[in-house]
Amino acid sequence: MSTAVAEVPVESRIHYLNASYGIKSWLFTTDHKRIALLYLGSITLMFFIGGAAAVLMRLHLIEPAGALVQPETYNKLFTMHGVVMVFFFLIPSIPATLGNFLVPMMIGARDLAFPRLNLLSWYVYITGATFTLYALISGGVDTGWTFYTPLSSHYVNTHVIATALGVFITGFSSILTGLNFIVTIHKMRAPGMTWKRMPLFLWSMYATSIIFVLGTPVIAVTLFLLGLERLFHVGIFDPAIGGDPVLFQHLFWFYSHPAVYIMILPGMGVVSELITCFSRKKPFGYIFIAYSSLAIAMISFFVWGHHMFVSSQSVYAGFIFSALSFAVAIPSAIKVFNWTATLYKGSISYQAPMLYALGFIGLFTMGGLTGLFLASLATDVHLHDTYFVIAHFHYIMVGGAVMAYLGGIHFWWPKITGRLYHDGWARVAAVVIFFGFNLTFFPQYMLGYLGMPRRYAVYPAEFQVLNVMSSAGASILGIGYLIPFIYLLWSIRYGPVAGPNPWGAKGLEWETPSPPPTDNFEESPVVPDEPYGYAKPEHAHV
Amino acid sequence: MSESAVNSGRLEATATHGVTPALHHQFEDIEQQREAGNFGMWIFLATEMLFFGAIFTAYIMYRVMYYPGFEAGSRGLEASFGATMTFVLLASSFTMAMSVHAAHAGKRRMLLGFLFATMLLGIIFLGLKFTEYTHKWHEQLVPGLNFHPAAESLRGAPEHAVELFMCFYFFMTGLHALHMIIGIGLLGVMAILAWQGKISPENYNRVEAAGLYWHFVDIIWIYLFPLLYLVGGRY
Amino acid sequence: MSGKTPSVRTYSLVFIALLLLAALTTGIAYVNLGRFNTVAALAIAAVKMCLVALFFMHLWYSPGLTKIVVLAGFFWLALMVSFILADVFTRSWISPPGPFR
Repeated sequence: MSTAVAEVPVESRIHYLNASYGIKSWLFTTDHKRIALLYLGSITLMFFIGGAAAVLMRLHLIEPAGALVQPETYNKLFTMHGVVMVFFFLIPSIPATLGNFLVPMMIGARDLAFPRLNLLSWYVYITGATFTLYALISGGVDTGWTFYTPLSSHYVNTHVIATALGVFITGFSSILTGLNFIVTIHKMRAPGMTWKRMPLFLWSMYATSIIFVLGTPVIAVTLFLLGLERLFHVGIFDPAIGGDPVLFQHLFWFYSHPAVYIMILPGMGVVSELITCFSRKKPFGYIFIAYSSLAIAMISFFVWGHHMFVSSQSVYAGFIFSALSFAVAIPSAIKVFNWTATLYKGSISYQAPMLYALGFIGLFTMGGLTGLFLASLATDVHLHDTYFVIAHFHYIMVGGAVMAYLGGIHFWWPKITGRLYHDGWARVAAVVIFFGFNLTFFPQYMLGYLGMPRRYAVYPAEFQVLNVMSSAGASILGIGYLIPFIYLLWSIRYGPVAGPNPWGAKGLEWETPSPPPTDNFEESPVVPDEPYGYAKPEHAHV
Repeated sequence: MSESAVNSGRLEATATHGVTPALHHQFEDIEQQREAGNFGMWIFLATEMLFFGAIFTAYIMYRVMYYPGFEAGSRGLEASFGATMTFVLLASSFTMAMSVHAAHAGKRRMLLGFLFATMLLGIIFLGLKFTEYTHKWHEQLVPGLNFHPAAESLRGAPEHAVELFMCFYFFMTGLHALHMIIGIGLLGVMAILAWQGKISPENYNRVEAAGLYWHFVDIIWIYLFPLLYLVGGRY
Repeated sequence: MSGKTPSVRTYSLVFIALLLLAALTTGIAYVNLGRFNTVAALAIAAVKMCLVALFFMHLWYSPGLTKIVVLAGFFWLALMVSFILADVFTRSWISPPGPFR
């Protein structure tokens, strides 16, 4: 059956990419796969904008007195880097692209529950991005991506309201996507697809969606209140009328801490798929990995105060948040152990997606462990607002989430485009990225430990060597990110045509042609009795 | 072999979808579509619980910290106004529930009547709220724009705390009013659909979803009324 | 679910109950009950909310999943309120450590 389909040349078969032509067919599409590609284009643009800010920062930090920009401009650079990367790249990345594309396919549905709402999500995202880019072009914001009051509400003269409005609007894009995923996963699974037969990627998308739905409204209203306070010069965070700036931090971090789990959980789901496929083994402890996603989603809401240990928050509250922050590391550790056990005695191959997945496991573990330094009250007092924090979250966000994102893009690229990319170049890029990443961010751990504060445009001369190493790494990392951009785009036109399942992977999305037809499946998908039914390693074929 | 299987599958799909034109293509049957829509609206309401909840949280915190100021500010609001608005909204919830009932029973005239009644009550509510805002403006109790309270307005409480209370009054009722306006718009759309005959007993879940939204906004007011208008009592 | 929904009679009774409760909460405000005023007001509001949710919003007749969604919303709200209040109330219990001597 699948060979008959594979023999039909891609040009003469109707699929979701050639089912209709013209810009209107894309801008008014309700096909989740096309919407995923709309998002892919948008977030890639935002990634390069946020990356440009990072490049400028690293160039500036080559010299202790600053090499490139004025301090006020430096403040704007790190703010825009944070705002763009967090809200416009990382949070939507995997859910809006791979999630939108794969959730209906993996459960055997024709589309998401609410396709028009899905399209609306994208337009809402674009509207929010426009406001933020407007703010960027008009001169930027310099409050840090955390918008702490009263700096943001009373003291700066930059475009806080436009940026906050942009983030507020984009928040609704996330909420609607999360809502769509939850309803789809609950109500539209194919006959026979029980919860315990779902791929682990779906479990992580479900957990992520819970966070989207319950956390994002809080930051939405908080930024709304910030905007009102700025507009009317009075508000509930204003100390002049008895307001508490720490309340802003509470409400901000109530969302923003779970947000970091929004950024990593989908990556963990992707890694589960990659590790199983490229070890030719079913996942060790499937149910543990599945439930740990839910546990992470839940416990992530209990720990936000660990961002506020030195904010004059109650020390007793600090004790509780610290203890709970140790607890939230446990489900993540369970995943790492299970992935490792999956690799054990697997038939491992090292295509590019697997290189990204392996890199994820190592780098995420390092980032996660350094999180424990920050979760401990005593050490956090010294490490708060230093480069140690920056290194910690970049290990997780870049070494973890971005690598998982790239691994997923590469893994499902043949499914999405119907073409194979050049795996040799892909492996080169993965190695360059890994090397560049570590050279950029490992020195930052040391800088932080030695006391270099974050968000400063200048630094003491003794830190220069480590800063130069970090900047050198950043340029290598930048080149590493450009390479996939080139060969992936090249493959769309000139890559070899892909069959339905070039990796020999298990999953309903691999049972349909590449690229899939608009309604995803030509015949009703048959749900296998257990997920990840890989043959024993001796009988595996690539 | 695959081609013929593909063709028969497609024909089957068209046939099913041809029979019930209201069924969207991603769903298997109208019941799944209804369940999904209902479930989706409840999840949206959960997001709204957290949305309003953040301001309620802030309110609770400051009320405990600055109780005399909140009490003074609250006594500056007219409880009779608040009570009238509460009765209006409760009535609108009743008419909304009756609208959904009418939609489910396929009674088009009744549906239109109750939808208009709900919208009218909503507009009355907004009119009362606007009047109240105007009163507050005249009493110079609008923070940021016009906050110069007369000494009697403060009732012995610190001015900053009363100003903080008034911030909450305007933000919370303003956000609520915004949701009411959206709700009235939503009901207008439902009325148009009903007029066009697109609401039927098999296909009424949009009215039901609008109803859920409307009732939720009413529940927010059910809490706003005592928390804003009745702090400290009126004795 | 598409089956059971309340009758017009139920809706009417609930409406009357809501009106009475609204009148009650307004009336109680004019009676000096000290701190109990707040408790009474919130309790009455909670009852009104339950009536609207269970009957007007059909929650009583809804599948268990819907009830879980509502409970989750309440739980998360309670979480946010309790942790933030825990911070505010315990700030004075212990001051942060002073400088080293």
